Amino acid sequence: MARDGSTALRIEHLTMRFGGLVAVNDLSFDVERGAITAMIGPNGAGKTTVFNCITGFYKPSEGRIALQHGDASAWDALDNLTASGRRGMTRADGALFLLERMPDYLVAQQARVARTFQNIRLFPGMTVLENLLVAQHNRLMVASGYTLLGVLGFPSYAAAERAAVETARQWLHRVGLLDRADDPAGDLPYGAQRRLEIARAMCTDPVLLCLDEPAAGLNPRESAELNDLLRVIRDEFSISILLIEHDMSVVMNISDRVVVLDYGVKIADGQPEAVRNDAKVIAAYLGVADDEVPKVEAEVGL
Amino acid sequence: MAAGAQGERVGLGAALRAASLTGLIAFAALLPLIGFLTAVNGSNELTLTTRWPLLFAFVAIIAACRFIHAFAIVPWLARRALRPVRSEPSASRDFIRGWFIPFAIAAVAAYPLAIFFTLGTNGGQKWIDNFGVQILIYVMLGWGLNIVVGLAGLLDLGYVAFYAVGAYSYALLAQTFGLSFWVLLPLAGILSSFWGIMLGFPVLRLRGDYLAIVTLAFGEIIRLILINWTALTNGYAGISGIPRPTFFGIPFNANDDGFAAVFGLQFSPLYRVIFLYYLILGLALLTCFVTVRLRRLPIGRAWEALREDEIACRSLGINTTNTKLTAFAMGAMFAGFAGSFFAAREAFISPESFTFIESATIVAIVVLGGMGSQIGVVIAAIVMIGGTEILRELDFLKSIFGPTFDPTQYRMLLFGLAMVLIMIWRPRGLIATRQPSLFLGARKTIASDPIKQGRG
Amino acid sequence: MEYFVQQLINGITLGSIYGLIAIGYTMVYGIIGMVNFAHGDVFMASAFIALIAFLIVTTWLGISSIAVALFIVLIVAMVFTSLINWVIERVAYRPLRGSFRLAPLISAIGMSIFLSNFVQVTQGPRNKSIPPMVQGEFVLFNTNNFPVTLSYKQLIIWGVTGVLLLAFWYLVSRTRLGRAQRACEQDQKMAALVGVDVDRTISMTFVIAAALAAVAGTMYLMYYGVVSFADGFVPGVKAFTAAVLGGIGSLPGAVVGGLLIGLIETMWSAYFSIDYKDVAAFSVLVIVLIFLPQGLFGRPDVEKV
Repeated sequence: MARDGSTALRIEHLTMRFGGLVAVNDLSFDVERGAITAMIGPNGAGKTTVFNCITGFYKPSEGRIALQHGDASAWDALDNLTASGRRGMTRADGALFLLERMPDYLVAQQARVARTFQNIRLFPGMTVLENLLVAQHNRLMVASGYTLLGVLGFPSYAAAERAAVETARQWLHRVGLLDRADDPAGDLPYGAQRRLEIARAMCTDPVLLCLDEPAAGLNPRESAELNDLLRVIRDEFSISILLIEHDMSVVMNISDRVVVLDYGVKIADGQPEAVRNDAKVIAAYLGVADDEVPKVEAEVGL
Repeated sequence: MAAGAQGERVGLGAALRAASLTGLIAFAALLPLIGFLTAVNGSNELTLTTRWPLLFAFVAIIAACRFIHAFAIVPWLARRALRPVRSEPSASRDFIRGWFIPFAIAAVAAYPLAIFFTLGTNGGQKWIDNFGVQILIYVMLGWGLNIVVGLAGLLDLGYVAFYAVGAYSYALLAQTFGLSFWVLLPLAGILSSFWGIMLGFPVLRLRGDYLAIVTLAFGEIIRLILINWTALTNGYAGISGIPRPTFFGIPFNANDDGFAAVFGLQFSPLYRVIFLYYLILGLALLTCFVTVRLRRLPIGRAWEALREDEIACRSLGINTTNTKLTAFAMGAMFAGFAGSFFAAREAFISPESFTFIESATIVAIVVLGGMGSQIGVVIAAIVMIGGTEILRELDFLKSIFGPTFDPTQYRMLLFGLAMVLIMIWRPRGLIATRQPSLFLGARKTIASDPIKQGRG
Repeated sequence: MEYFVQQLINGITLGSIYGLIAIGYTMVYGIIGMVNFAHGDVFMASAFIALIAFLIVTTWLGISSIAVALFIVLIVAMVFTSLINWVIERVAYRPLRGSFRLAPLISAIGMSIFLSNFVQVTQGPRNKSIPPMVQGEFVLFNTNNFPVTLSYKQLIIWGVTGVLLLAFWYLVSRTRLGRAQRACEQDQKMAALVGVDVDRTISMTFVIAAALAAVAGTMYLMYYGVVSFADGFVPGVKAFTAAVLGGIGSLPGAVVGGLLIGLIETMWSAYFSIDYKDVAAFSVLVIVLIFLPQGLFGRPDVEKV
C-alpha cells in the first residue's frame, strides 16, 4: 500500500516538565502513515522523553498525542474525543486514541504502538522463540480462555499457539535469527539482540513502531541490513515508523521525514536533504564534513 | 612452591599464618558469648562463669578448618578449574533423566507402604508422619511459593499468612458448619486466594526489597491479629477439636464402623497417617501439575517475562498488575490448600505455627532449590526439613556429648547456618538452570547466567 | 497534659534507641543495597555482650562507680559487636556481592536465625535480668498529682545518643571514610576506578553500623534491665520501619524515623491498646511503603526507561 499522505500520529504542544527542568517544550509534529520519520538531535534533546510520552511511560505535563487507525475520516472525531475526556474512540472503519491519557500497557495493547529501547530490554533467560511468543500474549490469553481452557487442555489454545509460533518463525526468518530460535536471548551477540527486539515488537502486530536508536552499536554492514529491514516493514506491512537515531547513514538513507530537536524544542522539520542543509541544524548538531573544516575555519579567521 | 594461573599454591607457612589469624579473630569474636555463661543462681541473681575449655575447643576447630581450607582445598579447587571441561551429553544420562520423574513418583508413592511393612505400627509412625508428611507439606508450600518467587520473581516473605488463612478457615468452618474436608478444601483455597488478591493489590507496584519487607509486615500483622482477636481465633489457646479427615466418610478409629473394621484389617493408628500421606502427596502433585501446565500457557510465560524485565512486558501490552495478582492468587490458593490439610492433620492449630520463620523457611527452600525448578524444591525440602528432623534421631550423640545434650536445640542453629552456607556455595540454588517451555528445534537447557531474578 | 508529656519523654527515649539501630540498616542499604536482616539480632547480641561486660565490671573487677562501669561496658560492647559484624560481613555477605540479588537476602535471614539461636544455645533460653544500673530521676513538674519525671537513665540515653550522632555526622560528612562511603553509595564501580578501596569501605560501614547498634544494645540493657535472645526480631523490624519511614539511605531520615516510631509506639500503648502496639508499628511500615515508599527524606527510586 503506498503512502497516502495521511497522518498516523499527531503530536500537538507536547510539554514535559520534571520539577524545574523542561525536557520537552511545546513540541508539535506529525508522523505520516506508512512512512519513516526520524527524530534526531544532540544527546539530552528530549528525544527519548518524547518516546516515553508517546508510549505511555510518562504522563505529559501538557499537550495532546493522537493516534489514528484505519480510515482517515476518523480524525474528524478528534475534537469531540478530546472534549469528552475518554481515552479513545473505535468505529467500524477506524479508531482514534489519545495516548497521553493511556497507561503504557494500554498504549501497546489497544493503540497498537510498539517500541524498542535505547538499552536493549529483552528477556535474557528465555529463548528467542519464547521472547516472540510473549509478544503475542494478549491474543494467546484470549485463545486460552484466560488460562482456564488451557489448563483443561482444550484444543483451541493449541491451534492458537501453533499460529503464534508460525508468526514468530516468519519474523525470525526475516531478521535472520531462525537458526538461533532455541538459544537464550541473553547469549545473542549485540546486533542480533537489536534485531530480535525489532522482531519482537513486530510480533505484537503494531500500527506504529517506535525505535529508540536501533542502529546504536551496529557496524556499517549491520546498519545497511537494518535499513533493508525497516524498508521491508514500511513497504510490505504498511507500518508507520518513528525512530530516534544518531547514525546519519541510517537516517538520511531511509527516512521520509526528519524532525530535529535541540534542548526540547523542534528546530527543523522536513525532507532529509533540506534538514541536512539547514543552518540551525548544522550549528546545533550535524556540523560539517572534515574536508570543509579548513574552509570554515578560514572564513571565521582561526 | 609453583604458582598456578589461578590460585597459587599456598605454602605451609602461609596456611599456618592464615589459620592463626583466623583463630585469633575467632577467639575475639566468640569470647563474650561462648567464653562466658550467664546463669541464674539459687537466689535468683545473675552470675557469670567462664567456659575456657569450650572456647578453646571452638577456636581450635575453626583454626584447623581454616588451615585445611588454605592448605588443601583452595589449591585443589584451583587445579580442578584448570582441567578440561566435559561437555558431551551421554546417552545414559539422557536415559536417566527421562525415567527419573516417573521412578521418583513411584518411589515416593511406595514409601509409606514400605515403611509400614518393614517397621510396623510403632516404628513406622514417625517415619511416615514426621518425615514423609512433614516434608511433603513443605514441598507443596515450596511449589506454591515457587509460582510467586521463582516464576514471577515477586519476593514474598509473608507466605505463611495464606497458609494461616487456609488453616484457620478450615478450622472455623469445620467447627461451625461441620462441613467435610473435601468441601472445605476448595473453600479454604478460594478464601486464601481472595486474601492474596486483597494483600497483593496495594503492594504490587513496589519493587524488590520493598515488596519483600511489606509482605513480611503483612505476615506478621496477620499473626498478631490471630493472637489478639481472641473472640474469633481463641488467641494463643488456638482452636482444637478440629474434625479429623475421614476416608470418604469412614472414620479412622477402632470402632466397628471404622476404617479397619470395614476393610477387614487389624486396627492400626497408622492407617490414618498413611491416608494423610497420600492426601498430601496428591495435593502436592496437583500443585506441581498445575504449575507445569501453567508454565506452558501464556500466563506462565508472562510470569517469567515479568521476572526478566517488567518494563519490556508493559511495552508489549501485558497488564503486569493483573499478571502479578494472578501469581499472588495462585500461590495463595495452594498455601490455602496446604493450610487446610495442616489443620485437618493436627486437629489443633495456634498462631505459634505461623511465624515469620515459617515464611523464611519456605522462601529458603525455593531459593535453595533454584528458582523456578520443581525438582530443586523437592531436594531443598528434603535437605532442610528432613535434615533437621533427623537431628531427633541422633541419640548416639548423647553418648559423645553427655546425657543432657539435646540435638533438637541445635535444629534452628544448624538451619540458619545451612542457609548461609548453601547460599555461599550455590548462590543460584541447587538447580539453577531453566528449561524453555517450548522449542522449534531442540530443547536446550538455559544456564543460570542470563536468567534474571526479578526486581519484584 | 502531664500524661502526654511523660509519654513524649518516654517516646523520645525509645525512639533514640530505634534511631541508633535504624542508622545501621540505612547505612548498609545505602552502600550495598541490601536489607541486613541480621542487624536486629546483632543488636540483641550486643545487649548480651553488654550484660556480660557489666557483670564482669561490677562483680569481678568490683568497680562501683556507675559512670565508669557504663563507659567501660559501652566501649567493650562496641568493640566486640563491631568485630562480630565485621566477621559476618566477610563470611556471609562479601562472597555474594554482585551475584544473584536474592542470595545475600537469604544469607542475611539465615544469619539472623543463626545469631538468635546461637545466643539461645550458648546463654540459655531464659531471660536475663539485672538489678537496675541507674536509679533516680528528675521531677520536671508536678501538677494534678501526676509528676512528670525525666529519669537519669533517660537523660543518659539522650546524652549518649546525641554525642554519638554528632560524632557520626562528623564522620560521614567530614572525613575521608565518609566521602568514600558516599561515593560507593552513588556508584561503586566508579568509586573503585578512582581509587576508593570498596571492600574496606563496606567493611567499615558494617563496623560502624554495629558500633551504633551496640550503643543501642547497651542503652536497651540499661533502660529495661532485662534481655532475651528473642529481642532481636521485633525491635529490628521496628528500627527498619524507622529507616524506611525516614527514607532508606538517608541518615537524618533514620534518626527522625526512629523518633517517630518510638513516639508512635509509646503513644499508641498509652492511649489505645498495649496488645496491638506491635501491629501499630507493622501497620506504619505497610502504610509508609504503600503511600510513600521513598520515605520522608528519600528520593523516589525511578527506573530509567
